[in-house]
Amino acid sequence: MSEQWQPRIVAFFCNWCTYTAADLAGVSRLKYAANTRVIRLMCSGRVDPQFILDALAKGADAVLIGGCHPFDCHYAEGNYKCLRRFQLLKRMLKDMGIEEQRVRLEWISAAEGEKVKRVINEMTETIRALGPLGIPQKFAAWDQEMEAFAAHVEAGEALKTPCSAHAPQQEPAHV
Amino acid sequence: MSKPKVAFYWCASCGGCEETVVDLAEDILGVVEKVDIVLWPVAMDFKYKDIEAMPDKSITATFLNGAIRMTEQEEMARLLRRKSVYLIAYGSCAHLGGIPGLANQFPREQILKFNYEDAPTIPKGEQTRPLTAFTEEGRTTTLPALHNVVRTLDQVVDVDYYVPGCPPTPKITRAAVDALLSGKLPPKGSVIAPDHALCDECSRKDTKPDKWDFVEFKRPHQKLMDEKCFLAQGVVCMGPATRAGCDAVCTEGGMPCTGCFGPTSRVRDQGAKILSSLCSNLAAKEEDEIEATLAGIPDPVGTFYRYGLAKSILRRKINLPAKS
Amino acid sequence: MDKPSKSNIRIGFYVCHCGSNIAAMVDCPAVAKYVETLPNVVLSRDYKYMCSDPGQELIQKDIAEFKLNRVVVASCSPLLHEHTFRGAVEAGGLNPFFFQMVNIREHDSWVHTDKAEATAKAKELARAAVLRVAQHKALEVKKVPIHPDALVVGGGIAGIHAAMTLANAGKKVFLVEREPSIGGHMAKFDKTFPTLDCAACILTPKMSAVGTHPNITLLSYSEVTKLDGYVGNYTVTVKRKPRYIIEDKCTGCQDCIVNCVYKEPKFRDEFNEGLGKRKPVYIPFPQATPQVVAIDPKTCLNFRNGELTNKCKKSCVTACGEKQAIDFNQQETFLDLKVGTIIITTGFQTFDAKRMPQYGYGKYPNVYTALEIERLVNTSGPTGGHVVMRDGKTEPKSIGIIHCVGSRDKKTNRWCSRVCCMYSMKLAHLLKEHTGAEVYSFYIDMRTPGKGYEEFYDKLLEEGVHFIRGRVGEVTDWAMSKEEMEEGKLIIRVEDTLAGYVRRIPFDMVVLATGMEAQSDAQDVRRLFNMSCGSEGFFLERHPKLAPVSTFTEGIFIAGACQGPRDIPDTVAQAGAAAAEALALIDKGHIEQEPNTAYIIEEECCGCKSCLPLCPYTAITFDTGKKKAVINEALCKGCGTCVAACPSGSIVQNLFDDDEIFSEIQGVLAHE
Ligand SMILES: Cc1cc2nc3c(=O)[nH]c(=O)nc-3n(C[C@H](O)[C@H](O)[C@H](O)COP(=O)(O)OP(=O)(O)OC[C@H]3O[C@@H](n4cnc5c(N)ncnc54)[C@H](O)[C@@H]3O)c2cc1C
Ligand code: SF4
Ligand code: SF4
Ligand code: SF4
Ligand code: SF4
Ligand code: SF4
Ligand code: FES
Repeated sequence: MSEQWQPRIVAFFCNWCTYTAADLAGVSRLKYAANTRVIRLMCSGRVDPQFILDALAKGADAVLIGGCHPFDCHYAEGNYKCLRRFQLLKRMLKDMGIEEQRVRLEWISAAEGEKVKRVINEMTETIRALGPLGIPQKFAAWDQEMEAFAAHVEAGEALKTPCSAHAPQQEPAHV
Repeated sequence: MSKPKVAFYWCASCGGCEETVVDLAEDILGVVEKVDIVLWPVAMDFKYKDIEAMPDKSITATFLNGAIRMTEQEEMARLLRRKSVYLIAYGSCAHLGGIPGLANQFPREQILKFNYEDAPTIPKGEQTRPLTAFTEEGRTTTLPALHNVVRTLDQVVDVDYYVPGCPPTPKITRAAVDALLSGKLPPKGSVIAPDHALCDECSRKDTKPDKWDFVEFKRPHQKLMDEKCFLAQGVVCMGPATRAGCDAVCTEGGMPCTGCFGPTSRVRDQGAKILSSLCSNLAAKEEDEIEATLAGIPDPVGTFYRYGLAKSILRRKINLPAKS
Repeated sequence: MDKPSKSNIRIGFYVCHCGSNIAAMVDCPAVAKYVETLPNVVLSRDYKYMCSDPGQELIQKDIAEFKLNRVVVASCSPLLHEHTFRGAVEAGGLNPFFFQMVNIREHDSWVHTDKAEATAKAKELARAAVLRVAQHKALEVKKVPIHPDALVVGGGIAGIHAAMTLANAGKKVFLVEREPSIGGHMAKFDKTFPTLDCAACILTPKMSAVGTHPNITLLSYSEVTKLDGYVGNYTVTVKRKPRYIIEDKCTGCQDCIVNCVYKEPKFRDEFNEGLGKRKPVYIPFPQATPQVVAIDPKTCLNFRNGELTNKCKKSCVTACGEKQAIDFNQQETFLDLKVGTIIITTGFQTFDAKRMPQYGYGKYPNVYTALEIERLVNTSGPTGGHVVMRDGKTEPKSIGIIHCVGSRDKKTNRWCSRVCCMYSMKLAHLLKEHTGAEVYSFYIDMRTPGKGYEEFYDKLLEEGVHFIRGRVGEVTDWAMSKEEMEEGKLIIRVEDTLAGYVRRIPFDMVVLATGMEAQSDAQDVRRLFNMSCGSEGFFLERHPKLAPVSTFTEGIFIAGACQGPRDIPDTVAQAGAAAAEALALIDKGHIEQEPNTAYIIEEECCGCKSCLPLCPYTAITFDTGKKKAVINEALCKGCGTCVAACPSGSIVQNLFDDDEIFSEIQGVLAHE
C-alpha cells in the first residue's frame, strides 16, 4: 500500500444513476483512487443529513453524495430535496468548523463512469491536501480532560492540587 | 420499611429546574412525606462528606440537573452515580447539554477572556481570572476548573432515566416521581415523556397546510404572528422534531417551540432532522433561490441545537482545541 | 468454527473470486479470514464462482448445516446478481432478504491497481455488509398484477414488428406513432442491403397487417405526453394531434387531394426529404398506414398562422362529399390508456450534414444526403426513380459517395454507425443501375459484418464501383485546371491511403453517407419513460449482454435504432426480443416488486405533515380523523425521501432503514 496518508471518503450513491455509473466505471476498467466506500441508497432524496454527520463523526474525512442530474431523478425530484438539505447542511458544517470541501454533492448520470472516476480522484486529492478530519480522535482528545480528572480524584488529589488536564486559568497578562 | 432516599443536585444550570421541583408545591410535601431527602443544596444543608460517607447505592434516586461544565460537577456526578440506584438526568442541560451546551461553539480561553476581561461590565483595571488553587499558610485549596467541553450527564456517567425540558414541567416531573415511587419504571435509558413529536399536542396543528413550499423564513421577532401553525407563517418551529410532553406551553403561549424536550428515540440528531424536513419542503429549485430562502435561518446551529448541541452527533465545533 | 455470540444471529459470508476478475486484485482468502473475526459470523469462505450452480448450492448446504440465518456474498454488483443470491438464500430455506451483497468487482477489483488497497477496501465493504445484514428483517415480495395490454411507442420497423408479435400472441397493443403514417425510415427505402429486396414489398404487408389487426389500436399522428403508475399498471396519456380528418370516415380515396384549391403540389414534402412537393392535404406516401390523409394547417388556405379562418372555399370538403371525413374543427385530444408493459422503438435520426461544412451540403446543390438518394432511386419517389440532379433534368455521369459522414469523428459522433458502409454500397449499386454513371466510394475502413455483407462488397467490386480508402478532406467547386475536366464539377479531395497520394476527383454528384444518431428529443422521451441514455444519447439498456432490451425501469423495454445504430435485420431481431420479454411478463400475470417501500408507524407520527407534499407519487395522505399521515404502500416506489425528511423519525423504509444504513456507515469506517 502506498505510504501516503489515505483519506476515507464515504459516498452515498443513488441506485439509478450514480451507483450505475460506478458500475460502468468498473465495467470500463477505469482506474481511480481506492479510498471511497460507496453506500447504495435508492435515491439521493434518501440521504438523511444524519448519515452525513454520522459518517464524519465515525471517522470519514469527507462525504460524497451522488445523484441523478436535475430532471433525471428516477423519483422525479428526490435530487432537489437532497440539494436543498445539502446547501444548509454545508453552511451549518462550516459553522461547526468543518471545511466545505469535505462534503460534496455531484450529479452523475448512469452514462458518466468517467465522472465517477474524476470526482473520486479529485476529491481524494482535495482531502489529502486538507488532511485528516479525525473526529473520533478529537472526541478522544476532548475527553482526556475528563479521564485525567477522574484519575486525579481517584488518587485523592482533588482537594490538594489542581488537575493538570486543565490549563491553569491564568491571570491576564496586564494585571 | 425505611423511606426511600432521594437526592437533588444541580450542575451547570440556571436554577429553573430547581424551581420546577419547588413548583410541585403541595405535591412536594406529599413526596417529602414518602421519601427522605438526603441532598438538596438549593433548600437544605448537606455536605459532600455526608454523601461520601453513605454506602454505595444507598440513595434510591438522584435527580441531577445541569450540564457537566466544571470539574466539581463531574466529581459530584461520579459520586452520586456511585451512591444511587437510579441516576436521573433532570432537565435539558443534564439530558442534552442545554443552553450551556451552546458554549461548545467556542474555545474555553475565549469564554474566560470575555467573561473576566472583555465583558463591558468589567471595569478597566479589574480584569482578572479565577484561580483553580491557592496556597495560604502552607495549605493548598483547590477550586473547580472549567472544562473545555460542555457535557451531558450521560457523557460522564451512566444514566438510568431522563426527564426532559427546560425546565421539565411539573406534570412531567410528577410522572417521573410517580413512576419511581410506584416502581413502574420504563426500560433503562428511557426518556420519561411521550415518544412522538410536539405537533400532536399543539392546538395549531389543525391549521397546517398540505403543502409547504417555503419561500422565506422569519425569526419570531421579525414578524407579527397569528394563531396559525408557526411553520405555516414561515417561522421555524422545532415542534415536529421535538418530543411531546410539555403540553405545547410555548406554542400555546405564542412562541414557537425551540426544541427543549429533545428528539424522539428514533432520532440521533435533532438538528439534522429538522433541517432535513424544512429544507425538503422549500419551494426553490435553483441554488441561488434556495440560498435566498435559507438566508432566513442565519444561525442554523443556534436555531436547531438550542438545547442539543452537546448531545448532537458532532457534539462541539470540530476545530476547537482539546485544551486551551 | 462456532464462536459464542450474544445474539442468535448466524451469518455466513462468501467471497467470490469471479475466476480471476476479483481474485487478481483482491486477496480473497485474506478477506474471508478477516470476516471470520467479525461479530455474528459463523462461517466465512472464499470460492471461485459464487454465482455458479455449485456456488449457490454451497450457500444452501451451509444454511442447513451451520444453521445460518443471514448470508453475505462479496462478488459483483448487486444490480447484476442480487436476485440470483436472494434466490439461493430462499432455496436454502431463509427469507431472501436476510441477504446482503458486497460489490467488490465493479467497485473494487476492476477499478483499482494496488492489491493491498483493494483488499483493504473489500474488507471494509464486507464488514459493512456483515453489520448491516444483522439488522435485516424478513420481508415479503409484493406481487403486482400486470395489465395484459401493451404499448409500443414509435412505428418504424422495430415498432411494427414488436406490435405484430404481441398482437399475434393475442395481446392487445396500442401503437403510437407521431407521424401521420407508420413505417419509419424503412418506408423511405427502395431496396435494402444486402439482398436488394424491395423494401416496400417487405414492409407494406406488415404495415397493412398492423392497420387491420384486430388486436392493434394504431394511434398515428400522436405522442405520449405523460406516464403514471408503475410496472404492470401504467397509465399513459396520449396526445392525438388534429389532422383535421375523421380517421374512421376517411376511405383514403384521395379525392380531396386531387380537388384541393391548389392545383399543383406546392409545399415541401418532408417524406421525400424536400425533393418533392405536396399539397396542404396530403398522404405521406402511397402505402401510408393508416390510409388516411392529413391536412397541414401551416399551408392550408383555410388556416392562417395555425388559426382556423374558414376563408378557403374548401373544395376538398366538397370532393369528400357524403363521406364527411374532413373536420376543420378538430382539436387536440388526450387519451388515457392503461397498459402493463411498454416497448420504446422511437428510432434514430441521421446526422445533419450541414455540421460538416467542408463537404458543402446546402452550399452545392448537387451534394446529397443518403436519405435524399434513397428517395431519388425509389420508384415511388419524387422523380419516379429517375435519378436526376437538382435542376430536375440532368443525369449524373459521375458520382462520389463519402462514407462515415459525422461518424467515427471526435469532433462530431465518435461511434461507427454500422449501416453506412452497407447502405453506401447499396446506393452505389442502385445509382449505377439507374444511371450507368461512374461511381466512387470513399471509405475509411470497409465494415461489412453481417450475413452476406462481405459477399455484397465483392459483388460491388465486380460491378466496377471504385473504392478509394481515405477520409475525404473536402468537397469543392474550385477547379484547379480546365484540362482535368474540373470546370463546373464538384471536386473531392482525398488522400488515397492505399495509393499513397492526395487525389482530386471531379464528380457531377456527391452523396454523403450520414451516420445514425439519437433522436433530438431522446432526452425528453427518456425522462418521460424514466429511462437512461448512454453518453452518445441512445437509450441505455439495463445490461449490454444480460438484459439488452430491458431498461432500468421495470416493464419498459427498448428495441431498434433508439438503442444504438443497427440495421433492419438486427432491429427486427431486437424487436422480437423486446416483445418476448413483454410477453413473459404479461403471461406470468404478475411482477415481483422489490419490497423497499416505506410505512409510517401510526403511534409515532405526530401529524406534522412535513412528509405529505414530498412524495412524487402522492402515496402519502393525511388521515383527518386520526390526524396522522399514512403511506399507501401500493403507490410508494421506495425512494426514501419522506423517510429522510420525517423530523421525528417515524417513517421506516424496508431494506433501507435508518439502522441498516447507520450500521453500514459504521462498518465502512470502523478502524481495524
Ligand atoms: C440512408 C439509410 C439507408 C439504410 N438502408 C438500410 C438497408 O438497406 N438495410 C438495412 O437493414 N438497414 C438500412 N438502414 C438502417 C435502417 O434504417 C434502420 O435499421 C431501421 O430504420 C431502424 O428501425 P427503427 O424502427 O428502430 O427506427 P426508425 O425507422 O427510425 O423508426 C422510428 C419510428 O418512431 C417514430 N417516432 C420517433 N419518436 C417518436 C415519439 N416520440 N413518439 C411516437 N413516435 C415516434 C418515428 O416517426 C418513426 O416512425 C439504413 C439507414 C439509413 C440512414
Ligand atoms: S406551531 Fe410548531 S408545534 Fe405547533 S403544529 Fe406548528 S410546527 Fe407543530
Ligand atoms: S378526406 Fe375524404 S376525400 Fe380525402 S382521402 Fe379521406 S375520404 Fe377521400
Ligand atoms: S458503417 Fe458507416 S460509419 Fe461505420 S465505417 Fe462504414 S461508413 Fe463509416
Ligand atoms: S418512500 Fe416516501 S416519498 Fe418515496 S415513494 Fe415512498 S412514500 Fe413516496
Ligand atoms: S413527517 Fe413524520 S411525523 Fe410528520 S406527518 Fe409525516 S410521518 Fe408523521
Ligand atoms: S434516483 Fe437518482 S437522485 Fe433520485
